[in-house]
Amino acid sequence: MDQLYVYIAVVLTVIIAIPFYRVVAGPTLFDRLLGVGAIGTKTLVLICLVGLMFGRLDMFIDITVAYAILNFIGNLAIAKYFVHPKEIEEAEGGAP
Amino acid sequence: MTFFQALSLLLVAAGAFFLLIGSIGIIRLPDFFSRTHATAKSDTLGLMLALLGLAVHEGFTINSAKLLVAIIFVALTNPVGAHALARAAYQSGLQPWFRGEPQPEDPTAERGPDEVLPAPGSEEGEEA
Repeated sequence: MDQLYVYIAVVLTVIIAIPFYRVVAGPTLFDRLLGVGAIGTKTLVLICLVGLMFGRLDMFIDITVAYAILNFIGNLAIAKYFVHPKEIEEAEGGAP
Repeated sequence: MTFFQALSLLLVAAGAFFLLIGSIGIIRLPDFFSRTHATAKSDTLGLMLALLGLAVHEGFTINSAKLLVAIIFVALTNPVGAHALARAAYQSGLQPWFRGEPQPEDPTAERGPDEVLPAPGSEEGEEA
């Protein structure tokens, strides 16, 4: 019965490996960041399935929630770092 | 195999299917913004389905409650993260692609790792 979850987890590793193509060969910087975010999102399900395999789902759910929070904070921090808002520059008088 | 076990397997398999759709979308779609669409919608739905299937497998315990908290958190934050990334790309000067046009130029192509991105209206290569 639980063997089927192992099969789904094996298929899921292949699914996780697919966006690596976008990370390596993405034409823009944002494509690479999007690929990294997609890999992080799919890894959440894999962590839960590994917890089900080991019979310690209670511990692995906490790891999942922490991973989701780190993924979200990293995404927001990178998005704030690479944005170039015009309003701030005009307020500082940097662009005459 | 009871009814709930079958339902759990069906939900987890459906979640893996939608994650596969999201992966194919990231590979196949032609533009950054359409790839953002694939990540934000398909991955969120697939992850919610898979975690809901695990919650059904667990039954009425504290684990399923924590899984529901994880589902709500991901449903709130995953589209927000994709939207923030798309907003950053648009404000950095990346133009959307339309059918019949050539692929848009990359505003970050000629840029070193520690230079500032050009503003959306300014000349490229102009130092701020």
